[in-house]
Amino acid sequence: MLQLDSVTYAYPGSPPIFQDYSWQVGRGQAWTVLGPSGCGKTTLLYLLAGLRFPTCGHVRVDGQSLARPRPRTGLILQDYGLLPWATVRQNAALGLRVRNFYGPDGKHAPPNYIPEKDVQPWLERLGLSDQAEKYPHQLSGGQRQRTAIARTLALKPDLLLMDEPFSSIDAPTREGLQALTLELYSEQNLTLVLITHAIEEAAYIGQRILLLSRIPNTQAQVIENPSAGSPGYRYSADYTALCRELRQRMEAA
Amino acid sequence: MRRRDLLYAVLALLVLWQLAAWAINKPILPSPLLVGIAFVKELNGDLPLHFLVSLWRVAASTLLAVALAAPAGLILGQSPRLNRLLSPLVYLLYPIPKVVFVPVVLLLFGIGDLPKIVIIFIILFFQVLVLVRDQAAALRPELIQSVRSLGAGRRALFRFVYLPASLPAVLTALRQSVGTAVAVLYVAELFATQKGLGYYIYYNGSTLFDYPAMYAGIVAMSLLGLGLYFTVDWLERRLCPWQAAA
Repeated sequence: MLQLDSVTYAYPGSPPIFQDYSWQVGRGQAWTVLGPSGCGKTTLLYLLAGLRFPTCGHVRVDGQSLARPRPRTGLILQDYGLLPWATVRQNAALGLRVRNFYGPDGKHAPPNYIPEKDVQPWLERLGLSDQAEKYPHQLSGGQRQRTAIARTLALKPDLLLMDEPFSSIDAPTREGLQALTLELYSEQNLTLVLITHAIEEAAYIGQRILLLSRIPNTQAQVIENPSAGSPGYRYSADYTALCRELRQRMEAA
Repeated sequence: MRRRDLLYAVLALLVLWQLAAWAINKPILPSPLLVGIAFVKELNGDLPLHFLVSLWRVAASTLLAVALAAPAGLILGQSPRLNRLLSPLVYLLYPIPKVVFVPVVLLLFGIGDLPKIVIIFIILFFQVLVLVRDQAAALRPELIQSVRSLGAGRRALFRFVYLPASLPAVLTALRQSVGTAVAVLYVAELFATQKGLGYYIYYNGSTLFDYPAMYAGIVAMSLLGLGLYFTVDWLERRLCPWQAAA
């Protein structure tokens, strides 16, 4: 579904972050991208989202070279990206309002899009009904991130990109949101790419883990993790061993 | 501003005024009661007309300033290059007390309402421009990116992000400049007009020596400013409810 074809990317005046880098994501797969800060994780996500473009090479989604954000790609950022002046309900409906604003033009909204406004089912699914009329600054970090998820899923994406979505959230809430992400992933038939710097999170969510290390990244380092997401995986010996391996590989890099 | 606080402030002011009137004991400072009687009498005379003319001048210049300065501020705030180019100009003009332009504006725009509107417009324009620009520049790129990822192009970003983000800045700018605007309105209305509270105050005070009527005009001007403050507060509650929830 997703394809990086010999991608080179550099910020102006800086050495390349990716050089001749190729990587593929199949439809319905759950990936985590793990690496230390400054290794290009967020850049990779922006490339996949169509918010940045490679200096050389191509980023393809369903075989199409990406030239702008794609209507069916959902993006969730670390600091939520919620409008501070809009309530939870208005924030959750923002994507739909943007689509209704343009209509089904195939560019900003899918060509078969039928205008919709109701986000109540999503608020209920994410446990936000009681918070619906509150503003972001009145919410906890976890509730804010749930709002961002509701806003994205209301657009019925087939590809969900998440950039360190739970890094500023306390541990119990974070584990709840990780489990919720996996539930929604299988419930909504999503392809998932989640960026993280937390080894445990990468191992818990990613059925495949892409390891980024020192720049420039030239070759995709992929670690298979087929049991990810299965019940009780977080407490299994496989999980502990994988975390150890990931830690060693990150330290070695 | 709460109504009860306002009431206390008015009472305190009346007491001070009365004490000062007793102490000075000259026609130049009549007691609040005399002025109150004159005010009620003038309400049946020309005062309402002068009030409306002044109100129209302030309202027209405010609308004009917001209509031109808010979009300009948004553009400058979102374009660092343009901002670098134009901000020295803004900062050269911004601190000049705009009242010094009164003779120039009168000369350029002649008599009638236009020069008065232009002079207040200049005051408000810079205030709105600078505050909206700073507000737009403070919008975090992550917020813009995440709204873009929802499919928003330039037009939707304007509608859903820039416009609501600049509203509080516009209202703050108006609140900050209402006082100056009314003060300069007085100066602008001294020249080449026979309408407006400025003219009314000056005419009653310096030509007719009718001091109670002059103070009635000052009270009307104060009410004009107060009304404008309340309007801005009301707009803020209506248009920016998230700030009240803060």
